Amino acid sequence: MTADPLTGTGTATGAGTQAPAEPADTRQVIRPYGDTTGDGLIQMSFTLPVPAGPRADAAALQLAGKMGLDPASVVHAKPMGPDFTFFIVYGRTGHLIDYASIPVPEGREYPLLSAPEINQAIRGALGRRLVVVGACIGTDAHTVGIDAILNVKGFAGEKGLEYYREIQVVNMGAQVTVEELVERAKAEDADAVLVSQVVTQRNAHLHNTKQMAAAFHAEYPTAVAAGIGRPLLVVGGPRFDTVTPSDLGVDRIFGKGTTPSEVASYLVHALLPAGAASGSEETP
Amino acid sequence: MTGPDTPGPNPAALTPNGPGGAPARGKLDLDPEVVRKARALAARAAEPVIRMARTHTTVSVERALLRLAGLSGADADGRPWANHLVDAVQAQVGLEHGVALPVWDALNTGGHGSLAELAGAAAAGRVRFRLPTGADARTAREAAHGAARGGVTRIDRRRAERDRMLKDVGDPDQPWIYLIVATGDIYEDIPQAQAAAREGADVVAVIRSTGQSLLDFVPEGATREGYAGTYATQENFRLMRAALDDVSRELGRYVRLTNYASGLCMPEIATLAGLERLDMMLNDCMYGIIFRDINPRRTFIDQRFSRQIHARAGICINTGEDNYLTTADAVDAAHTVIVSQLLNERFGHEAGLSDAQLGLGHAFEINPKIPESFRLELAHAQLVRELFPDAPLKYMPPTKHMTGNIFAGYLLDAFFNLAGVMTGQSIILIGMMTEGIHTPWLSDRDLALENVRYVRDACGGLAEDFVPRPGGFVAERARRVLSESIDLLEKVEKDGLLTAIAEGTFGVTRRPPGGGKGLDGVVERADGYVNPAIEILDSEDPHAATAPQEVPA
Repeated sequence: MTADPLTGTGTATGAGTQAPAEPADTRQVIRPYGDTTGDGLIQMSFTLPVPAGPRADAAALQLAGKMGLDPASVVHAKPMGPDFTFFIVYGRTGHLIDYASIPVPEGREYPLLSAPEINQAIRGALGRRLVVVGACIGTDAHTVGIDAILNVKGFAGEKGLEYYREIQVVNMGAQVTVEELVERAKAEDADAVLVSQVVTQRNAHLHNTKQMAAAFHAEYPTAVAAGIGRPLLVVGGPRFDTVTPSDLGVDRIFGKGTTPSEVASYLVHALLPAGAASGSEETP
Repeated sequence: MTGPDTPGPNPAALTPNGPGGAPARGKLDLDPEVVRKARALAARAAEPVIRMARTHTTVSVERALLRLAGLSGADADGRPWANHLVDAVQAQVGLEHGVALPVWDALNTGGHGSLAELAGAAAAGRVRFRLPTGADARTAREAAHGAARGGVTRIDRRRAERDRMLKDVGDPDQPWIYLIVATGDIYEDIPQAQAAAREGADVVAVIRSTGQSLLDFVPEGATREGYAGTYATQENFRLMRAALDDVSRELGRYVRLTNYASGLCMPEIATLAGLERLDMMLNDCMYGIIFRDINPRRTFIDQRFSRQIHARAGICINTGEDNYLTTADAVDAAHTVIVSQLLNERFGHEAGLSDAQLGLGHAFEINPKIPESFRLELAHAQLVRELFPDAPLKYMPPTKHMTGNIFAGYLLDAFFNLAGVMTGQSIILIGMMTEGIHTPWLSDRDLALENVRYVRDACGGLAEDFVPRPGGFVAERARRVLSESIDLLEKVEKDGLLTAIAEGTFGVTRRPPGGGKGLDGVVERADGYVNPAIEILDSEDPHAATAPQEVPA
């Protein structure tokens, strides 16, 4: 929600700015709002690893000062066991933000959709379930990644692709050979193939992925594009940050921390005609 | 057949620990005939599955026997000897007769000093197993029986130890406060668990490493690395239980330890929990099938053995019905919780668990934007309380509607605590206002405990005064959920439980009996199948054992 645009200590921006009431033409200077424009008031809470008492309060105030709060007040200090104190502090920050200078952050190339939106998009555009075949290929036995994306259990509080009524998931598990994967993808008439690679010894993840992509391209020689004549090829894993999808011959790479809904939204974006997803056409 | 407590509500105990005062038919005036019918349907639905479990074994059940007999340790690559030995027997003579006869025959005749030595030799391909007959079979069977008896006796001793500690140190009043630790490193978990206990936790759960449920072996030794959790190993169990014993004595109340007997190694982990005196284990009849795509047959077979062990060990199971409400709507799916609880109860009783060992789960997950959501929550919670008056119900806090607005979340958690106190829940998992943001900070836990303490102290015996108006909103809602449960149970009973699971009746996933992980580890028992652990557990009352009084080393 809050991409932190502050890098410096803020003293430079603060210096010489008298009142924000008359912002310069090209600048839009803002500070936090308590109940009056420009009051700069914020609240925060934190724990210090010291016993509660006047000295701990003083330490909390010093921290607040170093964070740019002046004046600051400790409104609540509570011992948590003998060695920790919890604080709630209010204070006035001196920092100013030139809002006009903050670029609109670049989003992902597709909108993030909710499960009902995804199901509806698939139902509307395909009139059947979208088929996903997933596997860990090569000797990689770490199914943590593929299971996090596919299993109902999911990841990061999100349910996996099995949870989506309109997605049919075939999870082949670990140590699947490229031949088995291609064969299964054909048999299931897969719309997308998801491959997870965790083991990176001797760049096994890169070799395995390239081999997989080459096999699919060879198997579907007349394919026009992903989803047109061949399945969409997606790979995920923690160590793909140095390569691009075209290096590997796949359509998309997902990195660490990817959640199932990001993958599901991407499948909708990549496989269904533009506008299949209800509502917005928000293209960044 | 064991002698479990007769299933059925005990009208005298409306709340397990509260001061009586229960009207004869409970506060919701549920029709006892309807309740009886629900239980009868659950029993009929469970019956074919129980029959299947009694006529099959799995690789993990066989490994559990070996672990009960004292086999531990692993090869240099971390593959446990129990796996090596079962795999070798399976490859040479098959598992349909069980590992007991081939293993103890080889032990008796091959000059191997111990099960671990035998497993090492088997792993190196130096053992020829056979299925002994005649006198050799009798000798092997006796030896195996003695080894299994030794393990069961160790479990009995651990149970007696717990009973002693509960008497000497003190058993906290319910509701028990349940807190979670999960660092991945057992040596970090220990001080965190002790701190949680000092902060007020009555139950400490050590979350497992992500994906352990899908490992077909139990890792060995103390572990310091895990993904979002700590591996369940025998040594980790031992270390944590010892640390909690220390803090229990310090605090003057017994702090219970919880882990997870679920996934592909359910029977083995249950056995290790019994051997190391864990107190509660998550152990649900369908969770692994629905949420982890573990084969249904494998799950039910493994589950029966694991529950027999839990019954014997005095371990209270925690079931996972709360999970249904994280995937489905908590109002629409309320009856699936009841159906699953009734099935869990039936499977539990059949395996010898007493009502006091059935920590049936449910959750506070109704969308707070729905009008009268709290009233609906009260109806659901009270219904569960009255259907299972003697079960230590485990009530789970909101997770699905925790949005990152920690202030709103704190309020929602307070209402959860209020519902828990008003309806006499037994085990309350403490909700964190930072749910879904990060694993709890020290201050999150402290604030959460302040929340539950306030509600508990402010309400006092409010449960006594909470008597829903006859025919009112709460009573009618409870009745409707119960009636929907009956409808679903009738369908499950008619179609068969495995078919119902295959058709996606629970959760939203279809899980056919021929699919999922671990099916290749399922074997139908042949005539003459021998498993001395099952013989002991099937033939003895799990709650009558008197362990030899012995001071543990």
